[in-house]
Amino acid sequence: MNHWGFVLAAYGVAAAVLLGYWWRVEHRIRSLEAGERGRK
Amino acid sequence: MGRALGTLAALLLVAGVGTAFGYAPPDAVQGNVQRIMYVHVPAILTAYVAIGVVLVGSIAYLASRRPRWDRLAAAGGELAVCFIGLALATGSIWGKPTWGTWWTWDARLTSSALLFVIYLGYLLLRSVVEDPERAATYAAVLGILGALDVPVIHFSVQWWRTLHQPASVLRPQAPTMDAAMLVALAVNVAAFLCTFAYLATRRYRLLALEAESAARAWQ
Repeated sequence: MNHWGFVLAAYGVAAAVLLGYWWRVEHRIRSLEAGERGRK
Repeated sequence: MGRALGTLAALLLVAGVGTAFGYAPPDAVQGNVQRIMYVHVPAILTAYVAIGVVLVGSIAYLASRRPRWDRLAAAGGELAVCFIGLALATGSIWGKPTWGTWWTWDARLTSSALLFVIYLGYLLLRSVVEDPERAATYAAVLGILGALDVPVIHFSVQWWRTLHQPASVLRPQAPTMDAAMLVALAVNVAAFLCTFAYLATRRYRLLALEAESAARAWQ
C-alpha cells in the first residue's frame, strides 16, 4: 500500500496547523510590541 | 534564546521529514502509508507533554496564585488542543487506507477524542468566565482533572479489545520496530517536542504582553 495522497495530506495538515499557529502568535506579538514601542 | 530554539525546531523538523522519507524504509505490510506514523505518534506524545505543562502550571497556580503559572498552563492548554487535534486528524487519515474507515469508536480513539473535547472545554472556560482569577482557578481544576485521561488513553489498548494496535515502543519489552524506523521516529519526536517548547515560549510571551496591555488599559 502506498497511498501517497494520504501521506501528503497528513503532512500537509501538520504543516498547516503548526505554521498557522506560529504565524497567528507571532503576528499578535509583533502588533503588541509595535504598540508598546509607539507608546515609549 | 527564543530565536535559537525556533531555529533548532525548524532544523529538527526538516531532519524529521528527511528521515521519515529518506532513511526509514516502507513498512513490510502497510507500505509507505505507514510514514504517517512519523507525524501521528510525535503529535500525541507532544500533546501528553503539553498536558503535563498544564498540570504543573495548574497545580502551581492553585498553590501560589501567581499569574505566571496560569499563563504557563494557558499556553500549554492551547498547544495541547493543537497537538491532540493533529494526532486525531493524522490518525484518521492513516485509518482510511489501512482500516478502511476514517473513524471507529474503539477505546483509544474514543478516549483521545474525549481528551480533545476536555481541553477544548478548558479553552472555552477561560474565554467565557470574565473574572481573570476565577477563570484561572476553574481552568486549573479542569486542567488537572483532564490529565487523568492520559493514562486511560495509554493503557486502553491493554485494558480493552481495541482496533488500535498496542504499543510498539513504550512497553516493558523491547520495541517491535525496525531500527531505522525507530531512528526516524525519535528524530520526529525530538522535532515535535522542540517545536512545542518554542511555540509555548512564544505563546507565554504573548499572554504576558496581553496582560501588560490590559493592566495599562485599567490605569
